Order: sequence, then structure tokens, then C-alpha cells
Amino acid sequence: MESLYDVVIIGAGPAGLSAGLYAARAKMSTLILERDKTGGQISGTEEVANYPGSIEDATGPSLVARMVEQCESFGAKRKKANVTAMELNGKIKKIHTDQGLIEAKSVILALGASPRKLGVPGENELTGKGVSYCATCDAEFFTDLEVIVFGGGDTALEEGMFITKFARKVTVVHRRDTFRAAKSIVEKAMKNPKMDFIYNSGPKEILGDGIVQGVVIENFETGETTTINANPDDGIMGIFVFIGYLPENELIKDVLKTDKQGYILTDENMLTDIPGVFAAGDIRSKSLRQVVTAVSDGAIAAVQAEKYVDATFEE
Amino acid sequence: MLEFNKENFQEEVLDAKGLVLVDYWGEGCEPCRALMPTFDELATEYEGRVKFGKLNTTQDRRLALSQRVLGLPTIVLYKDGSRVGECIKDNASREGIVSLLEMNL
Repeated sequence: MESLYDVVIIGAGPAGLSAGLYAARAKMSTLILERDKTGGQISGTEEVANYPGSIEDATGPSLVARMVEQCESFGAKRKKANVTAMELNGKIKKIHTDQGLIEAKSVILALGASPRKLGVPGENELTGKGVSYCATCDAEFFTDLEVIVFGGGDTALEEGMFITKFARKVTVVHRRDTFRAAKSIVEKAMKNPKMDFIYNSGPKEILGDGIVQGVVIENFETGETTTINANPDDGIMGIFVFIGYLPENELIKDVLKTDKQGYILTDENMLTDIPGVFAAGDIRSKSLRQVVTAVSDGAIAAVQAEKYVDATFEE
Repeated sequence: MLEFNKENFQEEVLDAKGLVLVDYWGEGCEPCRALMPTFDELATEYEGRVKFGKLNTTQDRRLALSQRVLGLPTIVLYKDGSRVGECIKDNASREGIVSLLEMNL
């Protein structure tokens, strides 16, 4: 496939889909590239209660499905492709993918972020064997079993409460003595009879031969370590990890300016340090990573990309 | 596409000769749904060489646990009834599944 698009958007989460909607509506020829699944991280979320004006009882998937519909109604094209390399400096941007070369007059990077791992022994070997980063995917396996949740933000407590629909008991282990999560969420979690809390502590090691059977926790104040074992009658327990995110920045490392954490730096018009290259959503250095800020970034990036293409390619 | 469940798993997978690839999925699992078209395509590409089938873990949780499947999506390859390899989560992609199959064909 070899064609020249006005704008190519890499990533099909809320930021990419919003950019696609605005770009296509502005009559730009628009292609959205998605790696393996549409929707990004929000697809894994059961309840989206804080997206203003959204459909009633919105879930991540229902919200994404509606965004895709809107995008396509304005003529944005979507394609499954894995981007392997990019040449962004020229007037025509070249995007190399496993489906061939794609050329664009402008590029919007909506690459997103992915869950941060604990980084302790046992974690990788036991992923999918009791260690999980996706409650909607895996919580039901732990029906009537015990689960440990690591984290202290909105996601950790909300997903922890979701897991109590299945699990017998959910223990949240948090590194600090207070939760970062919104007050209303903390209050709700505290009232949940199936939830228990351990503060000032973090993981040292996940134990188990083929399946998770225990976890070693360190108390940061006392330095003491404690092993929490699965109930012998259960023989297994769940570990869910919600300790923040890492930028999906492999493609742009050493190419674009980023902050210390590796998120792309842009101006308020979503422009990166390369003309014609914009960034939107969680991949951008910003203070709040939510659907509502992602779609806002996407809209701004698309409008600015249109201005850039008009000015740069005017005949 | 074959559907495996607790009634037919023994016969169709554990007692089967040759290669059987099982897609463990769940009703609440979005990444599983996203993977399904790829799994269907591969089933066509490998027709006659590998038996493909899906297993709904929401319906058959105990069966999944007995196979030590506790995270989705998980794709497990069985050869003459023994487990020879698997692709879990991020590895459950076209690339991951093809390399698992090619190693065992």
C-alpha cells in the first residue's frame, strides 16, 4: 500500500479517534493506524462515570464503539498495522509498517501508555497465572478466592471494588499512608465490607510454582517483610497491579523531545519539536490522563494539523 | 470454529492426536474480542494442520483453572494431548501465535 494522506494518526484510543473525527470532518484524507485493538486503555474499564455528557451507564467499550462510529461517519479510514519505524523530518512523513509504507503530510501520535509493572521476582513468570493488570479480563477467575491489589490511585481502588464482585476478599496494598484517589472513591472503598487495606508497604516477591500462591510484602516504615500465602483450601490467589503507567514511546525515543518520564513534550497546540508532527492523549507530557483530556488533545491536534497542511502544501 | 467446553474438552483436546490450539477467552475481556478475527484467520491458514477451537472461560471457569489459565487472553497449544506452549496477554498476537505454531509443526 502506498498512498499520501493529509494526516495519519497512530493509535486508536480516545485521543486518536477524536483526532480522526475532527480531521475527517475537516475533509482531510485521514487514516488511523491501530496496532492490535481499538480503544486503548479505556477498553478495559467497566464503568466510565466521569466523562461529561456521555451515554448512560457508559462502559469503556461502549464509549469507544460510539467514537468509532462517529469517526467513520465522517470518512476517517482505519487500518490494523504495526508501525516499525518513522521518518518524520521531511515535508512528506514516511511511516513504515508491517503492512507497507504509508506517507502523510502530517502525523498525530496518539501512542498512549501501558500499565507499569511491579518489577519484582516472579511477576513476569506468573503473569496470566494469577498476576494481572486487567480486572475486566481476569477478575472472574478469582471468584470466591482472595486477591491482593497493588496501588493507591483511582484505578487501584475502582478496580479493587470491581474485583469484590467476584473475589471473597480484596486487600489493597499501598506504598503511602494515604490514598491518592479521589475522596469519593476512597470513601466508597472504605465502606466495602470485602475490602481490606495495608499501608506503607510494597511488594518484594511473588511466589508460586506455575500459579500464584503467595506474595512477600515489605513495610517501608519498619523494614519488616511479611508473606501473605493463599488460603490452603484455595491453593491460589490473585495479584492485580494498578500502579500507574509508562509511555508507549519506543517509536519516538531519541526522535522527539520528551520529559524525564519519556512522555512527549508539546506546546498547547499539541505540536512537537518537529513541524507537522503532533502528539495527543496519554503519550503527551501533561497533568491529567483521562478520556476527557485525551479527546480534547485529539481535537486540537487535528485542527492544528489541518492548518499546518493548508499552509505547507498550498499550491 | 469448534467450541470446547467441559463436556468435550477431554475428547477433543486431551485425547486428540496432533496439534490443537485453544483460545481461552472471557465474556468481559475486550482484548480477547479484539484477538478473535486474527484467530479465525489463522484457523483458515492452518486448516488441516492444526485444530483450532475456542473456550469460553466465563462458562467453564473450573476447566480453565484446571488448565492453569488465570489470565486472558491465553492461547494454549496441545500436541497429542500434552501442553507444548502458550501465548499469554501481550504475546497473544498474530506474531506470537504464528511463532508458537511454526516451532511445533
